[in-house]
Amino acid sequence: MSEGTLYDAVWDRHRVRRLPSGQDQLFVGLHLIHEVTSPQAFGMLEERDLEIAYPERTHATVDHIVPTDDRERPYDDDAAESMMAKLEENVADAGVTFDHPDTGRQGIVHVIGPEQGLTEPGMTVVCGDSHTATHGAFGALAFGIGTSQIRDVFATGTVAMEKQAVRRIEVTGELGDGVTAKDLILTIIGELGTDGGVGYVYEYGGPAVESLSMPGRMTVCNMSIEGGARAGYVNPDETTYEWLRETDAFEDSPETFAERKRYWESIRSGDDATYDDVVTIDADAIEPTVTWGTTPAQTAGVSEPVPAPEALPPEDRAVAERAQAHMGVESGEPMAGFPVDVAFLGSCTNARLPDLRAAAEIVAGREVHDDVRGLVVPGSQRVKAAAEREGLDETFREAGFEWREAGCSMCLGMNDDQLEGDEVCASSSNRNFVGRQGSADGRTILMSPEMVAAAAVTGEVTDVRELDATPEVAR
Amino acid sequence: MSGDETATDADPSSDGGVDAPAVERVTGTGVPVRGNDIDTDQIIPARFLKVLTFEGLGEFAFFDQRYETTGPDADGGEVAENPTDHPFNDPEFGDANVLVVNANFGCGSSREHAPQALQRWGIDAVVGESFAEIFAGNCLALGIPTVTADSEAIAALQDRVEAEPDTEITVDVAAETVTYADREIDAAVDPAQRQSLVAGEWDTTALLGSNPEQVAETAASLPYTDR
Repeated sequence: MSEGTLYDAVWDRHRVRRLPSGQDQLFVGLHLIHEVTSPQAFGMLEERDLEIAYPERTHATVDHIVPTDDRERPYDDDAAESMMAKLEENVADAGVTFDHPDTGRQGIVHVIGPEQGLTEPGMTVVCGDSHTATHGAFGALAFGIGTSQIRDVFATGTVAMEKQAVRRIEVTGELGDGVTAKDLILTIIGELGTDGGVGYVYEYGGPAVESLSMPGRMTVCNMSIEGGARAGYVNPDETTYEWLRETDAFEDSPETFAERKRYWESIRSGDDATYDDVVTIDADAIEPTVTWGTTPAQTAGVSEPVPAPEALPPEDRAVAERAQAHMGVESGEPMAGFPVDVAFLGSCTNARLPDLRAAAEIVAGREVHDDVRGLVVPGSQRVKAAAEREGLDETFREAGFEWREAGCSMCLGMNDDQLEGDEVCASSSNRNFVGRQGSADGRTILMSPEMVAAAAVTGEVTDVRELDATPEVAR
Repeated sequence: MSGDETATDADPSSDGGVDAPAVERVTGTGVPVRGNDIDTDQIIPARFLKVLTFEGLGEFAFFDQRYETTGPDADGGEVAENPTDHPFNDPEFGDANVLVVNANFGCGSSREHAPQALQRWGIDAVVGESFAEIFAGNCLALGIPTVTADSEAIAALQDRVEAEPDTEITVDVAAETVTYADREIDAAVDPAQRQSLVAGEWDTTALLGSNPEQVAETAASLPYTDR
C-alpha cells in the first residue's frame, strides 16, 4: 500500500473509525449538491425523519437541467421547472447555501466550488456527480457518490469508503504549442483504458502537470473517472495558492490564508512517498488528441490513423467495431477532415475563462462554417461575466456562435441543448458515449476547446496548429 | 423483488436505519447483456433523470438499446418504435433476476438511477467480469451484489442462459460462488461488499449515524472547519 502520499495524509486526517465491513468512515469537508441526484436523498431523509447534520458544509447549485437560453420562470420544460422548484424548497428547509441563478454565482458544480474557494487542499469533497474528481486539482480528496450515499452524508456528515491504491502518473517533458491539458488527459485515458484506474486514485505530477494552470489541472482531474479512477489529484503548490488567495474565501482574510497554507503544505506527498504503481507519460510526444469512438479511451492524435479493430487487444475489438460503425469512421484514416455539424464549447471539463479565451483566439476574425452550429456555454455566471468584460462574447457572436447562460447543457443534453439525429459534435466535454448528447444516433468527438474552435470554423476536425494563430495563453 | 433471497431481518433501528435484509445468496434465472464498457448512459439515458423519485424507472432500463427509434415525442411522452432483439425485450428473460455482463459494466456517471432502474426491472444480482466502482457502490447501497468471475466463465454462463433461459442460477455471496446446472464458478466479491451484504449492513445510514460525537471530534481536529 501507498505511504506518505497526499492521499494517505488526507485519508488519515478524515478517518473517523474503521467500520465492521473493513471500510472506513470518512468525514466530509464539503458536500456539493445539485438538482438531479439530491431530491431523492432529501426524500429519504424525510421518510426517516432525519436532518442534515452539517448544513454549513453543504453547498448547492443548479446546473444539469437549467435552460441556457430563456431563463424566465417557470421554465418551458415542466420537468426542469419541477426539479428547480424542489431544489429551492429543499435548500430553504435545510438551511443550505444555494447558488441560485439570481445570485450571480450559479454554474456547474465543479466550476463554482473552485471559483469561490469552497474547495481547499487537504479537504474531502463529495458530490452526487462522477466528475467530482475535478476538485482534486487543488489537492483535495474528491470523489463522486450515489444518491444513497448523499443520504448518508446528509444524515451524518460522513461516508463509508474503502481506501484505494495510489498510482502516480508522472508526466515528463512539456506540452507543445496547441497541445493542452485536455490532450494530456485524453492521452492518459487512451493509454490506460476506461477501466485502468479501477481500484486506484491517480496522483498526477511531473513537470508537464506542475506547469499547468489551475483550470488545466481541473481539466485533467475532471476526467479521472473516464479512466476508471474515482479520484485524481495534483499536489498543491504556489499555482494552487495563488488561485485560492483571490477567491471569496480568502481575499479578505490573509491571516486565515497564511494559517491554512501551513496545513496545505503539510499534506503534500513526500519525496520519499511510496506508490502502488507509477506510470510515465511523455508530454513531448502528445499531439492534439481526439476520440474516434464511443468511449473516452478510443483516442488518437488528430493526424494518426484510426486503428483497425483487429489491431487492438482482443478484449477491445468488439467495442471498437461497434464504435466505428456508430461513428461512421474508417479505420486507417485520420480523424482530421471528418465533417462536423455542431461545435460545443462547454462542460465541467473545459468551460472556464482560460478555455474560452483560448478558443476565442482561434475564432477571432473567422466565421463559423455554414454547415455548423456553434454553442458557447460558460461554466458559471462568473465565468460568463468575466468573459464579457474581456469582450469574448462579442468575438464568439461575431463569428456566429451562440453565447449562452451557464450550465451543463449539451454535455449530457438534459435541457434543450441536444444533438439531432446522427449529427456529429466537436465537443469540449468529457463523454462520447452513445446517446450522451441527447440523440441516440448522435456522434460525439471529444477534443480541447481550441480544437472545437478550429472545427467550428473549418467544418471538420482540424489540427489547430495548422490554423495560423496558435494561442499563447498559458494553459 | 423476484427470486429467492435468503433474508434475515436486520435491526430496524429507530436512528435512521431501515430494514436492510442480509443478502447471503440470490437464486433465480439469468439475463445476459453482452459487451464491455456498457456505460450508465446506456443503462438509463439522461432524459429519464428528470424526475424527483426513482419510481417507475424500471421500464426505461436500456431504453435506447431496446428500440430502433426512441426519443421524446411532442406530448412529453416517449417514442418507442421497432423493438430490437435486446434481451430486456425478450419474454424468455422477463422473470430473470440475475444480470450477466462483461467487463467494466456501469462505467460513466454516478447516477444511482442506473441500478435503481435495473432493480425496479427485476434484477437482484449482477455477475460480470468487472464493474465500474461507483456503479458497484451504488448497487451495494441497494443490496444488489456485483459478483465477478473470469471472462471464460462469464461467456459460458451467458451462452447457457441464452440457450436455456430457465436455467436456475444461484449467486452465493457468502461462499463466493455462482452455481448453475452442474457447474460451480469460482467467483469473487469485494470483501467489504460481502461483509455488508451478509451482515445486512448495506444501508449504512444508521451505522454512520451511531457515533455523532466521534464525528464531531474528527471535524474539530481539522484545520479548515472553523468557517
